[in-house]
Amino acid sequence: MMKISRTYWQPIILLIGWGVLYSNLNTISNWLIDRVFEMKQGTQQTESIRFFIFELPKVILLLTLIIFVVGILRTWFSPERTRKLLEGKSTITANILASLLGVITPFCSCSAIPLFIGFVESGIPLGVTLSFLIAAPMVNEVAVILLFGLFGIKVMLIYMFTGLSIAITGGWIIGKLKLERWVQDWVYKRQLVNVYQEEEQLMFADRIQMGYNSVKEIVGKVWIFVALGIAVGAGVHGYIPKDFMASFMGKSVWYSVPLAVIIGVPLYSNAAGIIPIVSALIEKGASLGTSLAFMMAVIGLSLPEMIILQKVLKLPLILTFIAVITLGIIFVGYLFNALF
Amino acid sequence: MEIKILGAGCARCKALERLTREVVAQNKIDATITKVEDIVEILNYGIMSTPAIVVNGKVVFKGRVPSTDELTKALIS
Repeated sequence: MMKISRTYWQPIILLIGWGVLYSNLNTISNWLIDRVFEMKQGTQQTESIRFFIFELPKVILLLTLIIFVVGILRTWFSPERTRKLLEGKSTITANILASLLGVITPFCSCSAIPLFIGFVESGIPLGVTLSFLIAAPMVNEVAVILLFGLFGIKVMLIYMFTGLSIAITGGWIIGKLKLERWVQDWVYKRQLVNVYQEEEQLMFADRIQMGYNSVKEIVGKVWIFVALGIAVGAGVHGYIPKDFMASFMGKSVWYSVPLAVIIGVPLYSNAAGIIPIVSALIEKGASLGTSLAFMMAVIGLSLPEMIILQKVLKLPLILTFIAVITLGIIFVGYLFNALF
Repeated sequence: MEIKILGAGCARCKALERLTREVVAQNKIDATITKVEDIVEILNYGIMSTPAIVVNGKVVFKGRVPSTDELTKALIS
């Protein structure tokens, strides 16, 4: 009995503590800088450190809370369930559903191959499967939380919406091109042997525990990249003159979008490290469209994943896949440079 | 008892293998533990999320590393 009640009061106490800390971060960081360390106000060094001391705990707190909630929500989802939901749906509906499920289904790039084969062998069309595989890394929870924390809700929603649009249309186009012949031959020769039917029954207490586990696993892994990213961002914030980036990543530079994407695609970094740096670049005159395109290229397309996918996809299909997403990202970049 | 750990070498797959060996040793369970790393063979169990643990041909946990208690309970019953 004691144990059961604890499962429920513990998260509530933690949430209250979280709220108090989060709403007072600004006061605490200013108090540390001005009163405790008594640093000289307004210098480049002080402002860089102030930025770091405020932004890092803020982002870590956001990550902890939201990953906890997402970790609980994800216990209701699994690739096996997603597959069942996608079976037998008509194409465009399935592309939309696959992209949305790509965001919430637990996924890591190490399971891209089993997932691809598992989807295709149960009759889910190639294009729909690829919609899932584009959305899953591009609109991942860490990226979304960082965008919310460092850019605000508007940019976060724009990113999610455009990322999903690229996944939906990209998968749909590849489906229309009928490129099944470029899937490695052995994939279609496989027979669906048996399908795992029973999902395990979890108690709500188990789901809460899995929320804690995902915080430990994900925050434990990304905090160092967040810290490095914000440290670089803090340096940019304090030391680089305003409008410095306008000449490379500004709107008026017509080639800035494709250039940012071409640099971004082979650059392999995770959302945690790249977003804080980009947020500082925007402050220094980089335009939103170009920055968005750069982030999507870095986060959504990763070289290691493409190499893994060669096990199931022939080279022409991988190149088509990269080309379709790249063009989509470039389009998004120009669109937002034109709109904002 | 025949235990199979399914996973193509990710960090969590190794964690599950380690945990299983510990639980088996601690409770003196008579079991053979094999690691299955071949993706095609893993897929033959009808699952896509790794790591997974298969006991006597039946998938017991998939897509996560269970706690010591959960795993002990699953292996003893």
